[in-house]
Amino acid sequence: MSKFQMNRRGLLKSGAVIGAGMAMPTILTAGTDSGYTNAPTGSTVTLGFNVPQSGAYADEGADELRAYLLAVDHLNGHGDGGMMNTFSSNALQGNGILGKEIVYVTGDTQTKSDAARASAQSMIQKDGAVMITGGSSSGVAVAVQALCQEAGVIFMAGLTHSNDTTGKDKKANGFRHFFNSYMSGAALAPVLEKAYGSDRVAYHLTADYNWGWTTQESVQAATEAKGWSTVANVLTPLTATDFSSYIAPVLNSGADILVLNHYGGNMINSLTSAVQFGLRDRLVNDKNFEIVVPLYSRLMARGAGENVKGIYGSTNWHWSLQDEGSKAFVQSFGQEYGFPPSQAAHTVYCQIMLYADACERAGTHNPCGVAEALEGFDFDGLGNGPTHYRAGDHQCFKDVLVVRGKENPTSEFDLLEIVEVTPRAQVEYPVDHPLFAGGALGVCNPGS
Amino acid sequence: MDALLLQFINGLDKGSAYALIALGLTLIFGTLGVVNFAHGALFMLGAFCAVTFSKILSIAQITIDPTKTDFLGNPLKVKTPYIEVWFGDFGTALLDWSVPLSIAMAIPVMILIGITMERGLIKHFYNRPHADQILVTFGLAIVIQEIIKAFFGANPIPQAAPQAFFGSMDIGVMIGFAQDTIIYPYWRLIYFAFSVSIIAGVFAFLRFTTFGMVVRAGMADRETVGLLGINIDRRFTIMFGVAAAVAGLAGVMYTPINPPNYQMGMDFLVLSFVVVVVGGMGSLPGAVLAGFLLGVLESFASMPEIKNFFAGVGLPAIDQIIIYLVAVIVLLVRPRGLLGKAGIMED
Repeated sequence: MSKFQMNRRGLLKSGAVIGAGMAMPTILTAGTDSGYTNAPTGSTVTLGFNVPQSGAYADEGADELRAYLLAVDHLNGHGDGGMMNTFSSNALQGNGILGKEIVYVTGDTQTKSDAARASAQSMIQKDGAVMITGGSSSGVAVAVQALCQEAGVIFMAGLTHSNDTTGKDKKANGFRHFFNSYMSGAALAPVLEKAYGSDRVAYHLTADYNWGWTTQESVQAATEAKGWSTVANVLTPLTATDFSSYIAPVLNSGADILVLNHYGGNMINSLTSAVQFGLRDRLVNDKNFEIVVPLYSRLMARGAGENVKGIYGSTNWHWSLQDEGSKAFVQSFGQEYGFPPSQAAHTVYCQIMLYADACERAGTHNPCGVAEALEGFDFDGLGNGPTHYRAGDHQCFKDVLVVRGKENPTSEFDLLEIVEVTPRAQVEYPVDHPLFAGGALGVCNPGS
Repeated sequence: MDALLLQFINGLDKGSAYALIALGLTLIFGTLGVVNFAHGALFMLGAFCAVTFSKILSIAQITIDPTKTDFLGNPLKVKTPYIEVWFGDFGTALLDWSVPLSIAMAIPVMILIGITMERGLIKHFYNRPHADQILVTFGLAIVIQEIIKAFFGANPIPQAAPQAFFGSMDIGVMIGFAQDTIIYPYWRLIYFAFSVSIIAGVFAFLRFTTFGMVVRAGMADRETVGLLGINIDRRFTIMFGVAAAVAGLAGVMYTPINPPNYQMGMDFLVLSFVVVVVGGMGSLPGAVLAGFLLGVLESFASMPEIKNFFAGVGLPAIDQIIIYLVAVIVLLVRPRGLLGKAGIMED
């Protein structure tokens, strides 16, 4: 039988070891540049841009990549500085991040979760990326966000609109600047009520995956709160191309509104079919039949052509905004590439700026230091008005744009017109809102 | 009843696209014995013939409108197609009818592409296993896709039908139903009629011309036809070109239905192969019959009532699996397919 004996020297040694152990998280969050995944050691810091370079969203990914390169240029002190000049924070110096020049690697998500995870993993393990950003799909964003949490790097989400990204699948290492399905519903419902009245019967066609479900749920809840009823919600396969067999049953359903919870190619094809079937020329329940597209993008609107005219939707940002940040970004992007940026380009540009700024303010690239700096951060000058990065779920809160397909466009880019800038207060919700329930943010993981 | 009839019409319309592509696939398999996984790419190339034709017609002169500004605040550059500048209203009409007119360009282009494909690549794989043929044609399809993406981008490019065919026809009123219960888009009806005409044309060509008779004889017994001193290989090469043209025309006329993108061929390819297998490998009438049949079944399976019923018995998303379910049943019960020859796929 052993006997536990402790002398004074042993007690001091043990105390020192335990004390150091207890102090470790504080040391990390206090900003040492070691003890975390891919801590930059040389004169450069590597960022990973994980965007769809092939597949259905390749054009959107290409626009994101353009914005990333522009942001890197500006942060490294080249070009006209873009929104660095209008950003309310003054931490960015135009000398990279914390004096280290920004270099980058790119990956192709192919808009597939497994491919996106593989490319993110490669950028973290082989290329030493200290931060991963990108995505044009919620499925991809959720998958890569979980990977970054495990790997101990920050994930700055690109275009992802599902509630789940900062709802049940939220992670402490993940941050989203883009708005979400709930916000679309909350912004759209009052405008739709004003335009079409409160006595309406809606028929939903919903893409059968994460984003479609949360968007349908949010828009249905918001419109029913305004008095609308919902006659059916039909799930459509993400791989569907011809939506005529889903549109035909709408004709005799008694509905006078069709909500297309579709994005990208799905939205282009379903809207085209709906217009071909003459839905917008119909009179149902003594009202004009109308179509609503909850999430718009200019690139999608271009694909749908004339069919978008007069159709309401929501968007995170639009190049026609006249605030100083938007004007600076459009000028900078337009001079570089010859056309205005998309909302996907805008959100990823903002994310890079916000990440770099957080590093500067935290004085470290350590994910936990960066996360601390981003949590609860209030800023302005990035094109969406006063914005707040909520600590509780890492979701940005800002004004939301309700847009409508323009009847008389003056150019190939002039496809959407802003109908209303919905104030931030109207789209806010508590962290524990039922539509976002089911997950926990967890704690920041700095990795190795 | 009106809802069922509407879905039936829709099924025929959907099926006509499947039937056209499956017809081309079967022509190639029946004549050359090649399983052509690049056939979807030919459909897509046809669609991009329409896009290219429209872009050629839209080549524009640029003038500056000092009263308006672009997104950068510079004076707005206004584009006016030369064809409108030169020919006025006639030029505008040509632009409006660019999709049907592009058929004139698509036929020679697609025949040329088909013949080049067959002579340049596929003929080297006649005596190789089907697996090799599938791999090489699938690879070719990916190469074609990427070339189109490099030139036209990944985003769909909308192509409008002529304005005369905007809107829908009230079919219900014609057959005694209430107004606005069975309406169907004009252009989709035209697509259906066009498909039926092309299918009838191909059958008539094979049935009533000497060339067709020789091709049919070659399909039945290639060796004997060759021994009669007929250059059957050359005729089969031409048939490959005809099959490419059929797929291309299906693509051209499909562009106003769904804006074309570089992946559209792949979307149809797998379905069309299922159609060919269900109809019977090598059977031209089988391909057409199965195309329409599966189109109708898919359309009915998309109805909310049917979806809900099958979801209730543990088969959610029946609309996504119906075609494959039918294929499995047909292969189990009648491996040769609906109209396939005895012995094919049965041993």
